[in-house]
Amino acid sequence: MWQFFHKLGSPKWFYGIAGRFMPWLLAVGLLLSLAGIIWGLGFAPAERYQANSYRIIYIHVPTAFLAQSVYMMIAVAGVITLVWKMKLADVFVRAAAPVGVVLTLLALFTGAVWGKPTWGAYWVWDARLTSMLILLFLYIGIIGLGFAYSDEKAAAKAVAVLSIVGVVNIPIIKYSVEWWNTLHQPATFKLTEKPAMVPEMWVPLLMVVLGTYLLFGWIAFYRMQTEILRREHRTRWVRDLVQAGGQSQLKSGGA
Amino acid sequence: MAFESFSDFIAMGDHGLYVWTCYGVFFLLCGLLAWMSVFERRQVVRAQRFQQQFQSSPQGAADSGNQAGEASFQRIQTSHNEPASKP
Repeated sequence: MWQFFHKLGSPKWFYGIAGRFMPWLLAVGLLLSLAGIIWGLGFAPAERYQANSYRIIYIHVPTAFLAQSVYMMIAVAGVITLVWKMKLADVFVRAAAPVGVVLTLLALFTGAVWGKPTWGAYWVWDARLTSMLILLFLYIGIIGLGFAYSDEKAAAKAVAVLSIVGVVNIPIIKYSVEWWNTLHQPATFKLTEKPAMVPEMWVPLLMVVLGTYLLFGWIAFYRMQTEILRREHRTRWVRDLVQAGGQSQLKSGGA
Repeated sequence: MAFESFSDFIAMGDHGLYVWTCYGVFFLLCGLLAWMSVFERRQVVRAQRFQQQFQSSPQGAADSGNQAGEASFQRIQTSHNEPASKP
């Protein structure tokens, strides 16, 4: 365990491992999410009340789901930064926060467009939508705060504290549809119950959710590698790697 | 297939505009994110390459010894001489 932790502290080791995983994450992630989207768009049956507009669910739910998961991951990385001072955790926060912005924007946008034919309004100030908007601001705050400090360690600490404080928002998003009156429908997937939809509807949705998770893994690894190149530019191996073109795969395998 | 024809698939029963806007923006933003990440990587690599060239070539031109190790050794020597010449 401690050896693993120690290795995780080595940027070169991580760079090599990430490079080995990335092609798989990209290939399987693309395959799963594209197959799920095609299935959901063209082959899943139409919904009884919402007809075909419900097909937005195949991107709305995965992006919203992932936006919250990524925030949780960032907060965990924040704890690791504060407790163990592991640099790689902060590298992850820097790499993942912009991805979180895109995911939250997509969840909000697709939700708004879906709301128009279903609720008759693009936006209502109810708890689910407002707490999701707060999530967007939290992500933007994390990015902004990271830029506000010139000292890397001070920035990492401040960002970690903000991300941990912001975790309060996640259960609010999750339970907002149960605590308050809302137009928003309750959760599609629950760990304890079977989905209320027919399998032809939820299986493709699950595929897109899993696929986008893998694709997030890919883009997070790629962006972390870039951040490592930026931070470790004085080390021998980064100098050599940059001269060779800065690929994601290490020739030596990185072990 | 849940639709009778391809035009039915595009129309999505009056909801085509909503559905296709969402999917269009989704692929656009995802593509943009991937493109920006690749662009950032290239920029970092290009900047560091430039920096490495800039760091190594003037030293090589200034010294007849043209070795980076020797140049840094000389710099240490001058700072060592300074306090000795002051008193």
